[in-house]
Amino acid sequence: MFYRENGQFKTSYRADQQIFPIAQDRIAILALIAVAFVAVPLLADEYLMRAIFIPFLILALAALGLNILVGYCGQISLGTGAFMAVGAYAAYNFTVRIDGMPLIVALLLGGLCAAVVGVLFGIPSLRIKGLYLAVATLAAQFFCDWAFLRIKWFTNDSASGSVNVSNLSVFGWTIDTPYDKYLFCLGVVTVFALLAKNLVRSHVGREWMAIRDMDVAAAVIGIRPVYAKLTAFAVSSFIVGVAGALWGFVHLGAWEPAAFSIDRSFQLLFMIIIGGLGSIMGSFFGAAFIVVLPIFLNQALPALGSLVGLNIGTAFVSHAEFMIFGALIVFFLIVEPHGLARLWSIGKEKLRLWPFPH
Amino acid sequence: MGFFIETTIGGLMSGMLYSLVALGFVLIFKASGVFNFAQGAMVLFAALAMARFAEWFPALLGFDSKLLANLLAFAAALAVMVAVAWLIERLVLGKLVNQEGITLLMATLGITYFLDGFGQTLFGSDIYKIDIGLPKDPLFLLESVFQGGVLVNKEDLFAAAIAAALVIALSIFFQFTGTGRALRAVADDHQAAQSIGIPLSRVWVIVWSVAGFTALVAGIIWGSKLGVQFSLSLLALKALPVVILGGLTSVPGAIIGGLILGVGEKLSEVFLGPHIGGGIEIWFGYVLVLFVLLVRPQGLFGEKIIDRV
Amino acid sequence: MKLKSLSIAAMLAAAGLASVATTAFAQAKEQFFPVLSYRTGAYAPNGVPWANGYVDYLKLTNARGGVNGVKLSFEECETGYATDRGVECYERLKGKNGGATVFHPLSTGITFALTEKAPGDKIPIITAGYGRSESTDGNVFKWNFPLTGTYWDAADILLQHISKKEGGWDKLKGKKIALIYHDSPYGKEPIPLLVERSKMHGFDLAQIPVTHPGVEQKAAWLQIRQNRPDYVLLWGWGVMNSTSLKEAVATGYPRDKMYGVWWAAAEPDVKDVGDGAKGYNGLALQHGAEPNAAVVKEVLTKLHGKGQGTGPKEEVGSVLYMRGLSQAMLGVEGVRRAQERYGKGKVMTGEQTRWGLENLALDQKKLDALGFAGVMRPISTSCADHRGATWARVHTWDGAKWNFSSDWYEADQAVIKPMIKAAADKYAAEKKIERRTPADCQS
Repeated sequence: MFYRENGQFKTSYRADQQIFPIAQDRIAILALIAVAFVAVPLLADEYLMRAIFIPFLILALAALGLNILVGYCGQISLGTGAFMAVGAYAAYNFTVRIDGMPLIVALLLGGLCAAVVGVLFGIPSLRIKGLYLAVATLAAQFFCDWAFLRIKWFTNDSASGSVNVSNLSVFGWTIDTPYDKYLFCLGVVTVFALLAKNLVRSHVGREWMAIRDMDVAAAVIGIRPVYAKLTAFAVSSFIVGVAGALWGFVHLGAWEPAAFSIDRSFQLLFMIIIGGLGSIMGSFFGAAFIVVLPIFLNQALPALGSLVGLNIGTAFVSHAEFMIFGALIVFFLIVEPHGLARLWSIGKEKLRLWPFPH
Repeated sequence: MGFFIETTIGGLMSGMLYSLVALGFVLIFKASGVFNFAQGAMVLFAALAMARFAEWFPALLGFDSKLLANLLAFAAALAVMVAVAWLIERLVLGKLVNQEGITLLMATLGITYFLDGFGQTLFGSDIYKIDIGLPKDPLFLLESVFQGGVLVNKEDLFAAAIAAALVIALSIFFQFTGTGRALRAVADDHQAAQSIGIPLSRVWVIVWSVAGFTALVAGIIWGSKLGVQFSLSLLALKALPVVILGGLTSVPGAIIGGLILGVGEKLSEVFLGPHIGGGIEIWFGYVLVLFVLLVRPQGLFGEKIIDRV
Repeated sequence: MKLKSLSIAAMLAAAGLASVATTAFAQAKEQFFPVLSYRTGAYAPNGVPWANGYVDYLKLTNARGGVNGVKLSFEECETGYATDRGVECYERLKGKNGGATVFHPLSTGITFALTEKAPGDKIPIITAGYGRSESTDGNVFKWNFPLTGTYWDAADILLQHISKKEGGWDKLKGKKIALIYHDSPYGKEPIPLLVERSKMHGFDLAQIPVTHPGVEQKAAWLQIRQNRPDYVLLWGWGVMNSTSLKEAVATGYPRDKMYGVWWAAAEPDVKDVGDGAKGYNGLALQHGAEPNAAVVKEVLTKLHGKGQGTGPKEEVGSVLYMRGLSQAMLGVEGVRRAQERYGKGKVMTGEQTRWGLENLALDQKKLDALGFAGVMRPISTSCADHRGATWARVHTWDGAKWNFSSDWYEADQAVIKPMIKAAADKYAAEKKIERRTPADCQS
């Protein structure tokens, strides 16, 4: 009843090709952005900002990057943590070695370095496919882990291998409170999400999806696999690198290579699988789910336990987190292999018909 | 020179130990086309079961003999692994028939997390001991030829022998028994096998149980070496390059891949490592595999991947 | 399908709501001690006894009547030795129950991250026996307290002991010492001091890193077998320690030539190696395994006797349990000292506790009264010295228990002090922090 496009006529190709052709969608998205920029900082407290919203935004950005590679181009990559690390350390080196380097430029340069490394480790994808490629990308993960631990130049010769950044500022606006950090991340994520959405709707995006669906057939009709796969790696690693730089600069403040270990790679892969492969919105859903779940379990399990009279220790909560996490992943894969984004689209489709059943 | 031989022998031994874990991967992939990321967690779970049962049975049933404790614990742990296999097949695999590879891979990752947490909840997160009487002290060979002799780890020798026996047993199982033939048929083509009356779900339970048995043996050996603790499940990450190098569908490939990787890793760490700071073991294996894959994308002994349009 | 999707949607909504409705701010009359611990993961075997000791001391303080009547409340948070989880626990607990009093990250990695955040939140961080060695300099690191010693002190004391065994510092010339270390900020901390000393005395230092979690040490020990160092220093944590000892057994390296830092010399590290670890030496951070200490007896009667102990009774008195116990004591004494200035019987803020920790004057009488006679030595901090003491001993495993095998050592500040100053200056320059003025020190 409400979600119909009656009366919405498009009179130009431009209008027809916009991302949200249905007016209700446009209104909803604008409302969401308004809530995100205005309402959330006003209503949420510092802890929510620091513990949920900021990690959510940054990990959603990284999941977005990974989704482009895995969901849109079909190249399974387990080396995302390494690309985040490259972005973070590159941005760190630019900030520390060049006086007066603006934050945004440092982040983008970090992303560029990550893109270069991504292309380098993406070259095997021209020859290797599927699971074999996943294991090959693990080489990137472990190599980068080692490089940032061992090569002192990357950590500015810090004896302990731990680096830190502080005094972030953009055009004179100092980013130190959680609200500033949240708004900064939100801005970056919005811009990148828009860019990514347009990219996957473009010629390049269609090439990626063709490679994903049937790469031999795609090559037959003239899509160059080299170009498509390497651009996927490049774009994906760029976004992941920027996310890594944000993670280190804005969320952690001080980090060591273990912050970008293989667990991070698996976590991002879970996000996009649960959120939905091949969907920009799916990255956000997946990131929200994975970020909120441990915190929710941490609060809920002891509370549930005390209801039943059991004193649940932190060890059991941690183990239960693992178990519930694993069980939920299996559950989601059985129930909806295409992820939360698919559930969302099904919901929207039902809404189009509501209140009629069909 | 002696040191080079020592490192090579050490590498071959640890390669055999990696192959033990890799065998589980290969078995499951061969029979059901699922890349079982949870193999590492299964090794940990099996080892925890064995270690704790060996502790609990003497206390519960009141006897002292270590041999009896170990035998009972082994039987109990094996029963547990078969139960796990059955549950996985019922609850996970059965519902995910016909899904794409990445979905199944993610499902096994989910199982990994679940088993990690569940094992530690049931059995605890301390370091537990598995003592099956393997000797711990070193053996020095050829002391007359090389100064200091060539070090051979006795425990590793036993482990390598057990691994070899396991491989031979598995090969005989696959080649000469009816169930083995059924497994190979299922690996070839699920639908064809089903159409001639091979019960698919029973075959999968058998395969996962055999993989569970392999995981138990691997868990006992690694647990005896390192102590049973959470980091055992990270062994899967060291066994992955072995599987990929040998080819996902080849049992001899797992062994040979293990040997190559074991030697390559140790030699690189000992001779190349000190020059670039050390700690290169873990990525060297993967980079080696990467280069081999560039030449042979299906691994050394794997089936050639044929893409049809 | 419909029911399933509805149930999924409901679950997600509940998850969202529940996580929002959690932070309740309660103005408490209790002193809140957050406990960042790890009871899972590769470092759990060592983290669990420490956490049990820490929590038990907090409970014991309450059983003794609190700090001048103020009871302690505490909450554990699982960090898994991971920096980002540690930061998350910090964020979650820093404002709870009236505000966290002091943080004890039990991880050098988490310490580095929290060092950036603590000054802004005005909560002191105790990093007793770990953390940044240069944070001894309280003029730069106002909020860090590496009480009872840092890794530079540990390395120095180990070298002192070794040189004593050899017959003098000059006898070290030409000897080979290998450092097997956990490849993380924790393991790398002692390297600057060891390198400095190797230059001074002419011994050969080999650095052998072991990647987390430390179960792959075969190649490292083959290298050691080839190098044949005279001594091996072990800087491991968690399962890496017992693996090192097992590999030492497997390659035939004499365990009595191995010296572990105070985090690599406890029961979980040697228990399952058993007889194979006989002769292995380690540093004891003032205390060792103290089954006969007065405070241990008090814990057993007042807590475990009433079924309120944390962890198993057999663990009380073990090395890491005592570590947690004594380190909780330091935090509580910081609060007590702060109360002397800011009001006895009142709940102390983080800032006030910081002053208390900076002005600790724990003489032997006070320590004995707390039950630490023969276990701890006096600790006295100041603005410039946030460390307070550098006493340590060496203890050796005899197959069944740890026995002290040396006198008390103190780290030699002649070499360490300039290193601390240089590193602290570098940090201050990087962060654009001014050194504290004497007036600020008095406040």
